[in-house]
Amino acid sequence: MNAQDIMFVILAVFIVCSAFATVISRSIVRAATYLLFVLLGTAGLYFLMGYTFLGSVQTMVYAGGVIVLYVFSILLTSGQQEELRSTSLKKTVMGLVIALVGFGVFYSVLWMYGFPVQEFAASRFLNSPDENVITMQTIGENMLSTGKNGYLLPFEAVSVLLLACIVAGIVIARKR
Amino acid sequence: MISIDFILLVSTLMMFAGVYGFLTRKSTLAILLSIELMLNAANINFAVFNNLLFPDGHEGVFFAIFAIAIAAAESAIAIAIMINIYRQLQNISVDKLTKMKW
Repeated sequence: MNAQDIMFVILAVFIVCSAFATVISRSIVRAATYLLFVLLGTAGLYFLMGYTFLGSVQTMVYAGGVIVLYVFSILLTSGQQEELRSTSLKKTVMGLVIALVGFGVFYSVLWMYGFPVQEFAASRFLNSPDENVITMQTIGENMLSTGKNGYLLPFEAVSVLLLACIVAGIVIARKR
Repeated sequence: MISIDFILLVSTLMMFAGVYGFLTRKSTLAILLSIELMLNAANINFAVFNNLLFPDGHEGVFFAIFAIAIAAAESAIAIAIMINIYRQLQNISVDKLTKMKW
């Protein structure tokens, strides 16, 4: 068991515990904080895989932007004084059963498929630094190219989507 | 030695924690938090399949980046709608939302 495996186990336990705490905790501000921990742990997983750009985007956009937006909106709407009211026992049991059955089905399918055992690209990168690492240059060139492995069309579609999102946010949330 | 099954176990657990929260929460903001959990699990799968099964391509990374951008846009719009609902009803619990228009 090398350092990478130990780091993965720590991150995995951290992510899973925080994910459960997000859906279980009574206070919604605490739920948002646990979601922040989940997102930071996921960024750690991306760094572990060698996707540093993806990890940075996750930290900046999710942990820095979306969570702040959530906390602001929680404070603007209900605030901390309104705790999450307990749902009926029947609904909780139904949700638990559906989640457990779904988990069983999904994970048994994934387990039975038998993916080939692979190493992380990051550890391959340590052995041969020139291969299998995605650099900023690769990302920039692929984002703005129209050829093979080019992502110009989705890039432009996302830019139009963000513009529509800004306009819609102003139109929906303005005072009448 | 980290096998792909362990990472998929983490993301599947996160996905179904999100499903459980989506089904049992009453506040719409808490439901949105659960949706974020599910989207995040999908992003982990994109990155993992790219990294462990197809390490020569970069498709998974780009899909994850676009998914993050779209998730941010979606949560911004959803929160604008929540604030608008709160202005009309002083409440954002799902069982109070019975009318769509006034």
